[in-house]
Amino acid sequence: MRVGYKWLKELVDVNLEPQVLADKMTMAGIAVETVENLAQGLDRVVVGEITAMEKHPNADKLWICQVNTGSEPRQIVTGAQNLKTGDKVPVALDGANLPNGVSIKPAKLRGVSSNGMLCSISELNLDPADWPEESREGILILQPDAPVGQDFAVYLGIDDYVLELELYPNRADCLGMINVAREVAAITGAQLKLPPWADGAEPELPAGEKQVKVSIEDPELCRRYTGMLIEDVRIGDSPAWMKQRLAAAGMRSINNLVDITNYVMLEMGQPLHAFDFDTLGGGEIIVRRANAGEKLVTLDKAERSLDESMLVIADSQVPVGLAGVMGGLDSEVIDKTRTIMLEAAHFAGANIRRTSRSLGLRSEASLRFEKGVNAANLLAVQGRVAELVLQLGAGRPVGPVVDSYPVQVPPVSISLNTARVNEVLGLNLEDAQIESILAPLGFKLEWTEKGRLQVHVLPYRADLNLEVDLIEEVARLHGFDKIGTTLPSGNTTLGKRSEEQKLKLRARHLLANCGFSEVINFSFTGPRALDRLGLPPEHPWRQEIKLMNPLRDELSLMRTSLIPGLLETAARNVSRRNVDLALFELGYVFFPADKEMKSLPEEAYKLAGLAMGVIPKAWNHPQTEMDFYFVKGALENLFGELGADNCSFAAAEDIPFMHPGRTAAVMVRGKKAGFVGEIHPDVQESYELPGKAYIFELDGSQLFEASGARAEFAPIPRFPAVTRDMALLVDAEIPVEKVYRSIRRAGGNLLREVRLFDIYQGAQVPAGKKSVAFSLVYQSGEKTLTDEEISALHNKIKKTLDQEFGAELRQ
Amino acid sequence: MEQQLKSLRQEAEATMAQVADLESLNELRVKYLGKKGVLTGILRNMGGLSPEERPKIGMLANQVRDALEGLFSGKEAELKQKAKADRLGREKIDVTLPGRLFLQGHRHPLSLVQEEIEEIFLGMGFQIAEGPEIESDYYNFEALNIPKDHPARDMQDSFYVTEEILLRTHTSPVQIRTMEKLFPSLPVKVICPGRVFRKDDDATHSPMFNQVEGLVVDKGISLADLKGILLEFARQMFGPERQIRLRPSFFPFTEPSAEVDVSCMLCGGEGCRICKGSGWIEILGSGMVHPHVLKMGGYNQDEVTGFAFGMGIERIAMLKYGIDDMRYLYDNDLRFLRQF
Repeated sequence: MRVGYKWLKELVDVNLEPQVLADKMTMAGIAVETVENLAQGLDRVVVGEITAMEKHPNADKLWICQVNTGSEPRQIVTGAQNLKTGDKVPVALDGANLPNGVSIKPAKLRGVSSNGMLCSISELNLDPADWPEESREGILILQPDAPVGQDFAVYLGIDDYVLELELYPNRADCLGMINVAREVAAITGAQLKLPPWADGAEPELPAGEKQVKVSIEDPELCRRYTGMLIEDVRIGDSPAWMKQRLAAAGMRSINNLVDITNYVMLEMGQPLHAFDFDTLGGGEIIVRRANAGEKLVTLDKAERSLDESMLVIADSQVPVGLAGVMGGLDSEVIDKTRTIMLEAAHFAGANIRRTSRSLGLRSEASLRFEKGVNAANLLAVQGRVAELVLQLGAGRPVGPVVDSYPVQVPPVSISLNTARVNEVLGLNLEDAQIESILAPLGFKLEWTEKGRLQVHVLPYRADLNLEVDLIEEVARLHGFDKIGTTLPSGNTTLGKRSEEQKLKLRARHLLANCGFSEVINFSFTGPRALDRLGLPPEHPWRQEIKLMNPLRDELSLMRTSLIPGLLETAARNVSRRNVDLALFELGYVFFPADKEMKSLPEEAYKLAGLAMGVIPKAWNHPQTEMDFYFVKGALENLFGELGADNCSFAAAEDIPFMHPGRTAAVMVRGKKAGFVGEIHPDVQESYELPGKAYIFELDGSQLFEASGARAEFAPIPRFPAVTRDMALLVDAEIPVEKVYRSIRRAGGNLLREVRLFDIYQGAQVPAGKKSVAFSLVYQSGEKTLTDEEISALHNKIKKTLDQEFGAELRQ
Repeated sequence: MEQQLKSLRQEAEATMAQVADLESLNELRVKYLGKKGVLTGILRNMGGLSPEERPKIGMLANQVRDALEGLFSGKEAELKQKAKADRLGREKIDVTLPGRLFLQGHRHPLSLVQEEIEEIFLGMGFQIAEGPEIESDYYNFEALNIPKDHPARDMQDSFYVTEEILLRTHTSPVQIRTMEKLFPSLPVKVICPGRVFRKDDDATHSPMFNQVEGLVVDKGISLADLKGILLEFARQMFGPERQIRLRPSFFPFTEPSAEVDVSCMLCGGEGCRICKGSGWIEILGSGMVHPHVLKMGGYNQDEVTGFAFGMGIERIAMLKYGIDDMRYLYDNDLRFLRQF
């Protein structure tokens, strides 16, 4: 809502600087977005008259003008060629800072002094559409009656400020100037100066020749409908003052009748619609739901298909308007219209909103109806229209105004418990203070008992229905700044993360400490994301939840894995030459809980990461390629530090987007809980990654369920440990973990530690074999082991390995 | 013989002075004092001495031995000391060379700020509650006093999955879920961080962003308590000098409602580029829980009151780190991530 300050001052006796008023309003809940000075840049621009002109002696295209600007005559040099003596023109005086950024200072042009500048439309940033065509080139020539010396902004009627209100949905009442004035009075204490028509009764009008019949078939959707006929309509231009006010409010002048309806809408917040009465079949208005299949061509010339959910204004046969949204083309007021039926009605906001949404059709009217208009005031609105129609000579309003008001809404009256006010706000206001805070709203206040104030709410404040609504009024009018600060005084509570929250946070820290940087990708993805992974249609990740109204195709599905996001992030980084990457993301993925989407989807927490490129060389270590074992090591570290027991890795050849020989399933407590490995070369190609990439994804709930093992102290052995190495040749195919487990099993509890320290395949080793070397640490908790005991055990392990793998000992 | 011993001593002393390393010193020690050394050689001729001379010479010999032993060990200590000093000199390294590289990743700034916000509220006795990112219309809107076709739904343009299921547009549904879960216990005191989604996409809006919701319900909770908690938060987050300011606002699920501004952390309230000259920066929305919402959560609106607030983590992070474009946050450029 754009509020012209001069207009506002006519309605309420407020004399604050516009910005000061704006700040007060904002701090009282009517947010003022901007304060616009309409005369911005027109300071020191006045109306001047050219009293004499002569050619510049030293320049062909320049003129030396003598200009009367009200005080002493001044000489101004101009290059314009459209001027003659006697023309009235806008003159920028010394010190003016024009809207186009030009500052005016006395100057000499080719030796002739010039004191000011004659201005064109563009220099003054005026809208060319507001001016006759011949004024658009050269200096703007004003009407001959323009008063010399007058401020140009005053001459244009734009010496004003506009307060742009950013209204919350509950304060639609302030979409009309009268109610803005009421609000300003309540906030500032200024005196209201409302004209009598603001709360007028039914206008007294002479009887007309014709009558309109109104019936409401659906009182739930149309609470009240009033219709007034205007005969002998004379369509013409509106007066300048009305055009200026409409313009300041952001509306363009159309003709006197349309302008009156818009003007009254700005005054009283009530949308109006004018029908050409003679086009209405049966001279009748029926407010009803549309019949299925009915069609209506609206004013914007589009044909609309209607359904039973929509409310229409119909004549005896067909719809002639979409109630509260837009009129029909056939009943439009045109130049030859003789009689108008003017509608002021109340339609149910929710229904208007639904209709306007489903048709994709919004209008000033629908926006206001959606937020709610004041049904109680419709006759006053008709009266105001009648007054303006007569004042502008736009026609002859006739009576009686037809008023159909089937279900009257009882006035709202709220009992306010003042103790509750203080309790909710944390204040200590006396009853009398609360009364004086609410008094400026203009409501009737009655003390029913001590501490109980009965507030009779006026109908324009439809947002006030509950006690808490009044508590809010007290808070905002008293001032939030007058409320102190305390801390809740109830029982002490323990602020603490749940076990799972701790694990999630810990996982973030651990992965970062392993060199992975955290990314946050969108939860939505596109239909091609999984194609890039080459996933078959039956893959579980393909069961993505679709959005009904996505922003774009690439953001139209809910992700089922964090992997595509990580790969896209990697590709984006690569395109910017960030090629050495270790990234991770923790977050939810989504799967439908049932086919029909009757219940909420399943949300699964995932941990995923990606590593590619190298750890760059430094003076004290060589460049290291990222590889499978880098990522696996990070996971092992993660599992260890989270206290996740029973996590293991098993070769997995069946993941379509992974390298079949370089991928492991991550097993948690014996169940698959994710994977880690190298991406398939096809995927690497499809993301145009310059090298191999290693990724993992784990299921959070499986991991966290297995996590959190409590550390348990074991006595530190007092007897020495002995380390013996063992190198053996086994078939290259045998997974080392199998060998490791055999060693463990054979070694029993005297074998404290087994560490793989070397693995080799190549020239020194027979084909098809590999050499693996372990360090074995033997230790007893009860005694010092003798050489013989250790050797016996060591040999037992060798023998076991020989039996199980045909392992051959290397010397 | 006496003369021999004396000159032995002189000779040994003179030679020893020339010795520069432990090895030569040892050789010298063997040469003079060893089993086959010079001193032993001289003493072997003691048999030819008279019985009167013998003890005298013997005493002299012992004196010479002791003296030489003393000199040798003195010299040895001196040489050892020197050798150690030499080694320390040789072992000098360039301590300005960079240390061993430990590969350290970086947390996302949103994640860091979320953790920081959580820590502040944990410290004030709040628990952390979570709720689904894909929500029912009931929890996201209706239970929060936003009925179907209410104009307030325009404030949050939503992504729908079905007519009844949507991506949550705020973390506020967790308010209802938490109350349902905790009822009838008091106080309810939680924050709810998480992702939210709105159908917006421009330089200052992302279709996905992160919020932290706060909810306190108890007997006698007031707007002054809300101010107190938020002032404490603002000071912990942005510095002990910060002030806050509440501006009346509208949210369907709180009443009274307020936008909360914090005094500008850059200029301290004087007015600058960051606060656009006003001295204040809007950081969150808040209010007293609407009685309808308390009722939806199962609590008796006549017996308890509550406050709620919600803030965008992005906004806090951008203010805290001076990030001037929201799009960096979801671009995940390594050069950006490395800065945190």
